Amino acid sequence: MSATPATTTAGRGSLSAESGAARAWRWLREHTVIIVAVLVVVYLLIPIVVIFVFSFNNPAGRYNFTWVGFTLKHWSHPFSDTELTKALVTSLKLAVLATVISTIIGTMMALALVRHSFFGRRVANFLIVIPMATPEVVMGASLLSFFLILGTPSLGFETLLIAHVMFCISFVGVVVRSRLIGFDRSLEEAAKDLGADAFTTFRLVTFPLILPGIFGGAMLAFALSIDDFVISNFNAGSTVTFPLYIFGAAQRGIPVEVYVVAMILFLSTVAAMGFATWQQRRAERMTAIRPEQEEADVALPGIA
Amino acid sequence: MAAAIRRRSVAYFLLFPGAFWLIVFFVIPLYFMAKLSLDTEIPGTLHYHFTWEWSNYKEALELYDTQFFRSFIYAAIATFLCLVIAYPLAYVIAFKAGKWRNLLLFAVVAPFFTTYLVRTLAWKTILADESPVTEFLHTIGLVPSGHILYTGFAVIAGITYNFLPFMVLPLYASLERIDVRVLEASKDLYASASSTFWKVTLPLSLPGVVAGTLLTFIPAVGDYVNAEFLGGANNRMIGNVIQSLYLTQSNYSAAAALSFVLMAVIMIVVFVYIRFAGSEALMGQEAV
Repeated sequence: MSATPATTTAGRGSLSAESGAARAWRWLREHTVIIVAVLVVVYLLIPIVVIFVFSFNNPAGRYNFTWVGFTLKHWSHPFSDTELTKALVTSLKLAVLATVISTIIGTMMALALVRHSFFGRRVANFLIVIPMATPEVVMGASLLSFFLILGTPSLGFETLLIAHVMFCISFVGVVVRSRLIGFDRSLEEAAKDLGADAFTTFRLVTFPLILPGIFGGAMLAFALSIDDFVISNFNAGSTVTFPLYIFGAAQRGIPVEVYVVAMILFLSTVAAMGFATWQQRRAERMTAIRPEQEEADVALPGIA
Repeated sequence: MAAAIRRRSVAYFLLFPGAFWLIVFFVIPLYFMAKLSLDTEIPGTLHYHFTWEWSNYKEALELYDTQFFRSFIYAAIATFLCLVIAYPLAYVIAFKAGKWRNLLLFAVVAPFFTTYLVRTLAWKTILADESPVTEFLHTIGLVPSGHILYTGFAVIAGITYNFLPFMVLPLYASLERIDVRVLEASKDLYASASSTFWKVTLPLSLPGVVAGTLLTFIPAVGDYVNAEFLGGANNRMIGNVIQSLYLTQSNYSAAAALSFVLMAVIMIVVFVYIRFAGSEALMGQEAV
């Protein structure tokens, strides 16, 4: 801190008098926060780079932790390990089903919570948040207690699906709820004034406007489900999902294919996100009603 | 009148599936676990009967108090580190990123797209003995022993990394909501950059700080993947204990008791914290 007055004086004096070192120091001070942020981004991305690099590794033993040599053989046969492939297929099936069910249920719940007042709304608001505030290990353990005491259904794909839908509902509900809270109700009133009934209003006005929220909630649900380890570990029985396979394999050595599959999942998510953003931008360009565009938009008069 | 009743029945129709699922598969299981935590095992049968066996709690806590406290300490350190690391990034994304904003937000969530366990395994490579990172920290004297892997340091590093996005996103959300004109006003009134930050920016971003610390701290306390992969025998956390009691030792009553204490303590910590921070950030905004 003692250098501060010196640099400030230098800054106030004529710029040409400032020495190179002082100028560099001043630049550093002015950009500290940006430099730190860039370093944090690097920190966030390092493990992804490590996974990418090590998916080309050619380890001698069964552990893929130190670099041995470059090979393409794991990328050319990423699904050669049948156990791994089976686990991956199970995970994808589970994630798709859990996403569809929880998105429908969670969206309905969000609509009820924001759009209606009814007895027990505060309790319902609490009910939707509390699973997010509970450690996964407690959720997994309590569900296992429940299934054990009931004795049915036996642990397996069904219990996994029940568990995944359970923790996804909250996230979908909260995401859609926040979209509904920031929603301009006058658009719906306009539709009603123009003679649309409640269902038509929902179908043509409300639903398209909250669709990004529903889509975001669904993406989150899918990501959470496919990545879930803790709750699945308690409730899977003998069913093996992709994370469960990795955990099991970690004791006896990780095949490089795990890194390849993780990278494939990463790249396809990135591609899907890129596509979704592009689609959304296009849709926004086509439907955006901005004040300065109103004169030009003769085809859409009076909606705003 | 009829319209009001119909509207209310629509509300309950919309609410029912979600409320049903959450009550049957979240609330009732908690009740079953509470019951299980007070059961006694019929010797050698793996069958339990209910006896108000409070000693389950006492025994479990006496046996595993070290892991219990360790979990809270590791989680607290990791949460603090997350806050310190995340704030500059969230600040830059909110105020300085311009056209880079979406790309930076993408970088924040990108780790989520690699599987959690694989990400943690990658840290095993990064922190291994004689890796560049370990060598560097050893050279500058931060790690005198030259070993990071299988220490508490590695576990905290893993937790910090894995939960960082949970800190960045709420911080960003609340920083982004700040009206830039307020910050300009502070400068116009001759506040220095640092007093603008401490007196204006930080207080206004407090809801994000509260939400972020909770979203980081709660999963961090219960986490056991980092301790399993990156820690050694002396770094086991309460999550490791609960899962091994449940899944390998079949000591359900002790595990249920520990889960309950864990949840109760977290609830108390969260409650006190929210009381002090004076925010309802966790609950989200209530509908008008």
